[in-house]
Amino acid sequence: MTDTTVKALVYAECLDGKLRRVALEALGAARLLAGDGGSVHAVLVGGGPGAALQEAAAELAARGAGVVHVVDDPALAGFAPEAYAAAIGAAVAAAQPSIIVLGHTAAGRELAPRVAAGIGGGHVADVTAIEPGGDGGAAALLTRPLYAGKAFEQRRFLPGAPQVITVRPNNLPVAEPVAPGGEGWIAALPYQAPPLWTVVRGIARKAGGTVDLAEADVIVAGGRGVRSPEGFAPLAALAEVLGGAVGASRGACDAGYCDYALQIGQTGKTVTPKLYIACGISGAIQHLAGMSQSRVIVAINKDPEAPIFGVADYGIVGDLFEVVPLLTQRFRTLFNKTG
Amino acid sequence: MQLVVLIKQTFDTEEKIELANGAVAEDGVKFIMNPYDEYALEEALRLREAHGGSVTVVSCGTDRATETLRTALAMGADEAVLIAQDGLPDDGSAVAAVLATAVRELKPDLVLAGLFAVDRGAGSIALQVAERLGLPSASAVLKLSVEDGGGAAGGQAASRASWGGGDGRIAVAERDTEWGVETVAIPLPALITAQQGLNEPRYPSLPGIMKAKRKPLRQLGAAELGLDAAALAPRTERASLLPPPARAAGRKLSGAPAEQAEQLAELLQREAKLF
Ligand SMILES: Cc1cc2nc3c(=O)[nH]c(=O)nc-3n(C[C@H](O)[C@H](O)[C@H](O)COP(=O)(O)OP(=O)(O)OC[C@H]3O[C@@H](n4cnc5c(N)ncnc54)[C@H](O)[C@@H]3O)c2cc1C
Repeated sequence: MTDTTVKALVYAECLDGKLRRVALEALGAARLLAGDGGSVHAVLVGGGPGAALQEAAAELAARGAGVVHVVDDPALAGFAPEAYAAAIGAAVAAAQPSIIVLGHTAAGRELAPRVAAGIGGGHVADVTAIEPGGDGGAAALLTRPLYAGKAFEQRRFLPGAPQVITVRPNNLPVAEPVAPGGEGWIAALPYQAPPLWTVVRGIARKAGGTVDLAEADVIVAGGRGVRSPEGFAPLAALAEVLGGAVGASRGACDAGYCDYALQIGQTGKTVTPKLYIACGISGAIQHLAGMSQSRVIVAINKDPEAPIFGVADYGIVGDLFEVVPLLTQRFRTLFNKTG
Repeated sequence: MQLVVLIKQTFDTEEKIELANGAVAEDGVKFIMNPYDEYALEEALRLREAHGGSVTVVSCGTDRATETLRTALAMGADEAVLIAQDGLPDDGSAVAAVLATAVRELKPDLVLAGLFAVDRGAGSIALQVAERLGLPSASAVLKLSVEDGGGAAGGQAASRASWGGGDGRIAVAERDTEWGVETVAIPLPALITAQQGLNEPRYPSLPGIMKAKRKPLRQLGAAELGLDAAALAPRTERASLLPPPARAAGRKLSGAPAEQAEQLAELLQREAKLF
């Protein structure tokens, strides 16, 4: 009865030498899709000092990856998509999975289409929920947003098509640890780097917040109401106390108060944190599209008629420059007391 | 320099989405050029202004997409190609197969596309096209230039485009990633996807709109590209279409600012069980 076929392969993404949480969410998704009997492999890709792949590999093995293929090669020190795609390709050749799962991140969004086109598969992107298909052979239903969340669709793969799936960070549960003794094993995967196209000339690290917007549990977002780049300072202070990230409306980006990288909405990032605090954001339809799936929404706005209150669980009609520092203070005291 | 821009017509971002009979209702909806594709087109026009050459816009869509292609021509594109979506399955890989074939015939030095389309939001098709054509790519580009040199001389592998092209030049791109703004150099022919912030797209001028009427807009069926059924076979299908889950009505907190802050912290802890 032992089924030795590998059902699913997970691309376990690392950032700054650490396994990202979305990698464990992708592993959870892969285990769900593979079902009870199906085995799941993972591939870890990196190179050079600081890659720290062994620690990440151990964590994956402890959380249900039957085999963790480690590709450690100097060609993978910088993110050359062709080199990373080839590393995933080597793992696909070794494991022969029918399903490949990646995070819907900057790297995953780049790699998944290449992997899918390379093996003649389909790509279902930005998956926020999964209904496994069960043993009867029915295909799993993959829920994903349309129009940045103004609607949703469920897609399924057609029989025989190799399946490539990217899962949106922060939406699916992480893979739980397996019972002691059930850990997978870790194997170095032979890899021949392809001729490299991409030369990484430099990286300008983002200033300030280190918490990534897509993965943040808490987002404190500012709009045109913050009035200046300096106006973001109280928001950053609140985000720091809450362990969150700072985001923005397009209004704030267009006004030059912050980088477009922070923009949330239909033409920016779609986010689903546990807590979203909108400060001085009116709630235009394009903005709502990108954040209205957050678990809890708080709006702070001077204008009681602002549409943002229509999606907010808790609204405060008031001046953000007054309310936000008070909130920061309040949480600071609370957290000092309790923890 | 031969520049090709992939363009999709999408709903205006102001539009609400109404579902009717298992589909998104399109009655009375205003359609626009996908905002990210506007950045791609603007960048192509600027590259043509700097380096010479021509800009061809390519779309896979319904007849209605001719309006968007005319807008692209009015902005300054030289030619447009519309491949009929009619008869193609509702699946990204089929569209990628069609676009890749059309792009190959145009022998571009650089292909530009938007980071994603604001309707489907997958951001997959352009990169599938790059993979199918053997093109290097840089995604989410915030700044772009085309330069001489680098390439083979710099130990950089050549693009695998079957038509040659690129003249040994490279694209230098700053791209938006989760690990910072990364500067990369890739050999041409290549594909880039445009991120917001790349440029400020121009509006079509009145003379531009007049000229656009006479510019070539070719309409093709997918069959005319000589693709076989296997290439066009769908890999996925839509099983259902759903409205977003409704949100329960919220409440506004009252009192002086300090009281509101206190209440909110309390509610987030006790009621929403967040901290
Ligand atoms: C093609 C297209 C795509 C777009 N995509 C996006 C997108 O992805 N994301 C996005 O966000 N927008 C997007 N927009 C823009 C969107 O339509 C709105 O213009 C934008 O969201 C408004 O930003 P805002 O809420 O910060 O500014 P405003 O609408 O100007 O609102 C500012 C708010 O701040 C409040 N305020 C002012 N001072 C204070 C204070 N001291 N304390 C408390 N409140 C205060 C005001 O009452 C007001 O409600 C897009 C637009 C277009 C045309």
